[in-house]
Amino acid sequence: MADELTLRFRLNGEPVAVAAPPHWTLLEVLRYRLDLIGTKQGCDKGDCGACTVQLDGRAVPACLVLGSAADGCAIVTVEGLRGPALHPLFDAFDHAVAAQCGFCTPGIVMATEAYLRRVARVVTRDEAAAALAGNLCRCTGYTKILDAVVAASERMYGATGG
Amino acid sequence: MGDGKVVGRAHRKVDAVDRMRGVARYADDLKLPGMLHGRIKRSPHAHARIAAIDLAPALALPGVHAAITGADLPTPYGVIPWTPDENALAVTKVCHVGDAVAAVAAIDEDTAIAACDAIRVDYEVLRAIYDPVEALAATDVTINPYAKAGNLSKHVDLAFGDVDAALAASPLVVAEDYFFEGSTHAAIEPHCALATVDGGGVLTVWSATQVSHYLHRELAKVLGWPAHRIRVIQPPLGGAFGGKSEPFDLEFCAALLAIRTGRPVKFLYTREEVFLAHRGRHPMAMRYATGFDRDGHITAVDARTVIDGGAYSSFGLVTTYYSGQLLGAPYRLPAFRFDSTRAYTNKPACGPKRGHGSVQPRFALESQLDQAAVELGLDPIELRRRNFLGADTRTVNEFAIGSCGFLECLDRVEAASGWKARRAALPHGRGLGVAGSTYISGTNYCIYPTELPQAAVQITLDRSGRARVFTGANDIGQGSSTMVAVIAAEELGLELADIRVLAADSDLCPVDLGAYSSRVTLMVGNACLAAARALRAKIVEVVAARWGIAPGQVSLIERQAIDQTDPARRVPLTEAFHWAEAKHGLLTAAGSYDTPRDRHGAYRGGTIGASPAYSFTAHVAEVEVDAATGEVQVIAVWAAHDCGKALSPRIVEGQIEGSVYMGLAEALMEAHTVDGAHGGVVAAPSLLDYRMPTALDTPAIHALIVEHADAQGPYGAKEAGEGPLHPIIPAIAAAIYDAVGVRLRRTPFGPPQLLAALADRAVREASGALAPHKQRPLAEVR
Repeated sequence: MADELTLRFRLNGEPVAVAAPPHWTLLEVLRYRLDLIGTKQGCDKGDCGACTVQLDGRAVPACLVLGSAADGCAIVTVEGLRGPALHPLFDAFDHAVAAQCGFCTPGIVMATEAYLRRVARVVTRDEAAAALAGNLCRCTGYTKILDAVVAASERMYGATGG
Repeated sequence: MGDGKVVGRAHRKVDAVDRMRGVARYADDLKLPGMLHGRIKRSPHAHARIAAIDLAPALALPGVHAAITGADLPTPYGVIPWTPDENALAVTKVCHVGDAVAAVAAIDEDTAIAACDAIRVDYEVLRAIYDPVEALAATDVTINPYAKAGNLSKHVDLAFGDVDAALAASPLVVAEDYFFEGSTHAAIEPHCALATVDGGGVLTVWSATQVSHYLHRELAKVLGWPAHRIRVIQPPLGGAFGGKSEPFDLEFCAALLAIRTGRPVKFLYTREEVFLAHRGRHPMAMRYATGFDRDGHITAVDARTVIDGGAYSSFGLVTTYYSGQLLGAPYRLPAFRFDSTRAYTNKPACGPKRGHGSVQPRFALESQLDQAAVELGLDPIELRRRNFLGADTRTVNEFAIGSCGFLECLDRVEAASGWKARRAALPHGRGLGVAGSTYISGTNYCIYPTELPQAAVQITLDRSGRARVFTGANDIGQGSSTMVAVIAAEELGLELADIRVLAADSDLCPVDLGAYSSRVTLMVGNACLAAARALRAKIVEVVAARWGIAPGQVSLIERQAIDQTDPARRVPLTEAFHWAEAKHGLLTAAGSYDTPRDRHGAYRGGTIGASPAYSFTAHVAEVEVDAATGEVQVIAVWAAHDCGKALSPRIVEGQIEGSVYMGLAEALMEAHTVDGAHGGVVAAPSLLDYRMPTALDTPAIHALIVEHADAQGPYGAKEAGEGPLHPIIPAIAAAIYDAVGVRLRRTPFGPPQLLAALADRAVREASGALAPHKQRPLAEVR
């Protein structure tokens, strides 16, 4: 076993220090050492997007980021969207029944949150489809996911939203 | 009876928020103290005899706790009890690249990987065969170690009526060859299993399975461990589609290594291993001839099919029957014959993928209908209407059909797509195509012979006004836990939030056979309805007695019991539950469901494909074909599905949309193939190389719910999860023909095939053999 590195980064707003083998990806560090199980492992190759987290505000597949590359960064996982009230994205996904098996959903929600925060406006279905093209879903045919993203953008950024 | 306050409304699923927030614990999210990591060593050869295996170098590595081979698990198994032809780990030979050879348990993943690399296996390489016709003809090679008849896995030959005479007398016979490529499920969650043995000697296995009960049975058989000392738990599941509907090597290995080491052991497939495990859609080569009279009525169908099974049987016995047996509806076939042969080949085994066994033949038959409509000058929707089988009837192969909303499905897609007004006006390169289909709502006969019910549900009420529903049903994302909650809430007058569903834990729940063959809504729904109505009767009786009215005059609705004769008189249900518990003791009831056994023919094989109720579907697809690049873009799909009764309409829509997506992917993009020129490796074992549609590749899907209630289903409900996949492939093929005048008879409909067909058509147009297909250029409408 190689010597472990101590990685320091901000995780969901709190500073953490965690030891991990130098060849581990951020996905492995999050799941194996920090028990953040909301970040899912689907392919380990950056193909499926199930492990999407936010690194300094950008959506990235955690399986393509070495743990050491996260050192000094701000990481937000799906657990970072928890709060006393249901986040409007979760509410929109739940209302639309946009999660069937739900395995891809945390990654899709993290990609969506980063995207909507960046554009900060109501989006169309076509725009949402382009923004989520890096996240595979095998259950829904994407229809209700796009419904949910558009509805969430209206609620978060529309004239009547807030 | 319920009051319709819950059934048929838009629901949020009972378990979705925990899944999407990352709180729900899927199999790989489970972690136990002292847990070891397992890993399977796999064959690099497509076909080889195992001369020797040396585990010593692996066991010598620090951190390796145990290693096993096929000699440790020699009992063969198979999900179909008549065809036990595979082992958890290869015993004498490997039959495809990726076959499991040995397994290890180590302190971490890296050590387990190193241990697998250290195991030495001496192989004596054998000739591998990748083509089913070649395999059937071979006399020098027997692929499967338990094969009884060379490389023949299963042959079925059934005839109903005089097909030859009917075809000979038909003014039009459409005779063509079709090929349906293999594809795989590719659920985003890889297979995963965790096993541990407690101090009392109970083996617990958590597995990402959709058939907990069959896994339980096979674990007992292969491990020689009594069933009552095995507990199988299915945690929340990350997609299945048929790909987790039988036992896999990792479950047996996790169990045995947990027994051997005394520590919990977890296995998680890599994505490549998921492709190697496969059990996906069978490639089928189909030769079809369909006769028609001058008015477009079908006179006979003659089908010959060669099925590429891969190395093991899996559900292949059933697949072989389904390849013909499920064609008997929604059209009246005066005569029908099918001859289907499944062969073993040196490839990962095929099995049941959504729409098991009948997606491929449906493509062939619907393509024949479309071709006949063109030749007879009939509208393809009208041709289908003329051949409508009807409701409350029997198919040519003697299946009893109950409700049938197929005509309404045709009407709905015709209207929604603007078929009549738009189809003739579309320019060259744009086209509309239609297709129909049927599917089963479970099968009347279980995989193994039994007199026991197919489904059972137990419900208990508690003093806080909630209901706990115990069901063995596997929620694989299709929403079965929500389905039983909807039924319980409806009957008991509760809200969905008041229902706690405890599912798929063999220690807590009654047996259910699993989430396959679209059986759950009808069968488990009926069992839940029976349990809920039994409980409801107890409560209503007690309340009625208190109020001095007849039980039929008490409503349970919106958390209250109400006197229908004096609606001002009402009591909170929690209090009504207390009244009932005071009289009856703990309020609990069980409901069971078993299938009717009189809905099929008496011939051998007549039970296979016989279902309590059949769903019906019609699709219209609109495509745009780029004649320069050969690319097909699906613009929109209208999918109308007769599910009997939509207990939860948004969930039904989601099943329709997901089915259309998955079938569209098979039509245009996906192929699970083996490269025989490179030693039989799986050609695209990643989610990048295996080209799955993204959100950008998926067209607008318009799901249209049709409800022809069936007497066999709960509130009339039939299946919705598999039927709506079938028509999309032939509908796209028909739309391509409508767009550019070429027939594609091989999936996937990629540019090479389309460009070749267009070039062929251009030659025939230039020679005057064919008139131009459509005159109006696409540019005019852009």
